[in-house]
Amino acid sequence: MTLEQGLFGFFALIAVASSILMVTRKNPVISALFLVLNFGALSGIYLLLRAQFIAVVQVIVYAGAIMVLFLFVLMLLRPAQEKSYFKDRPQQKFMAIVVGVLMFLQIIYSIFFAMPGKMADEARRVEIGTIEFIGRELYTTYLLPFEAIAFVLLTATIGALVLSKKKMD
Amino acid sequence: MIPLEYYLILSAFMFVTGVTGVLTRRNAIVVFMSIELMLNSANLTFVAYSSFFGDVIGQLFVFFVMAVAAAEVAIGLAIIIAIFRNKLTINIDEINILKW
Repeated sequence: MTLEQGLFGFFALIAVASSILMVTRKNPVISALFLVLNFGALSGIYLLLRAQFIAVVQVIVYAGAIMVLFLFVLMLLRPAQEKSYFKDRPQQKFMAIVVGVLMFLQIIYSIFFAMPGKMADEARRVEIGTIEFIGRELYTTYLLPFEAIAFVLLTATIGALVLSKKKMD
Repeated sequence: MIPLEYYLILSAFMFVTGVTGVLTRRNAIVVFMSIELMLNSANLTFVAYSSFFGDVIGQLFVFFVMAVAAAEVAIGLAIIIAIFRNKLTINIDEINILKW
């Protein structure tokens, strides 16, 4: 077993375990912390895929900014303990899990019948993951979507401000 | 060298966990976090294909998905706070004024 396989197993195990724990824990703050762990493990997997830039952005944007926002709102609202809705209707939870398993089998089926393409060599894989390469592409070929995403963020900022005003009229 | 399928199966598992979370949890913020998990599993698929086929567009798309997710979280949490201010609950079974 090479180091790469060992690291993949380690990060994949953390990602799987933390995603399951995130969905099953009753306390939303603990769920949020497991989601942070999941994002950290994903960042490691991105590094194994030679996507350095995405790995760093994953930690800064997702595990940093977005999850801080989630935790902040959770602690601001401090909602009452989740009511045990499914105590009355266990068949609904059962159906949710059945839907999940069916969807998983469907995706696995489509993965193994997908068309295999031509695999890139190692040098190319390392090259496209660097900040330099992604930055050059972002500011030349994909400049228009980049500007559009800036407008999306601006709109979101204004929208969040308007929505969180004291009186809405 | 880890086969592409391993990454795709990991991504599929995370996506399905997110779906199950959306279907079973009642807390609006936890439902939202499950949606983030699904977005991340899609990102993992993008990066895996991008890296294996040597095409940078997958990683650029992940960058855009992250920006949209950040915008979505800001708006979504503002909406949840607005709902909480009006109804004093974020249990999605009690927020049903759009349902008839």
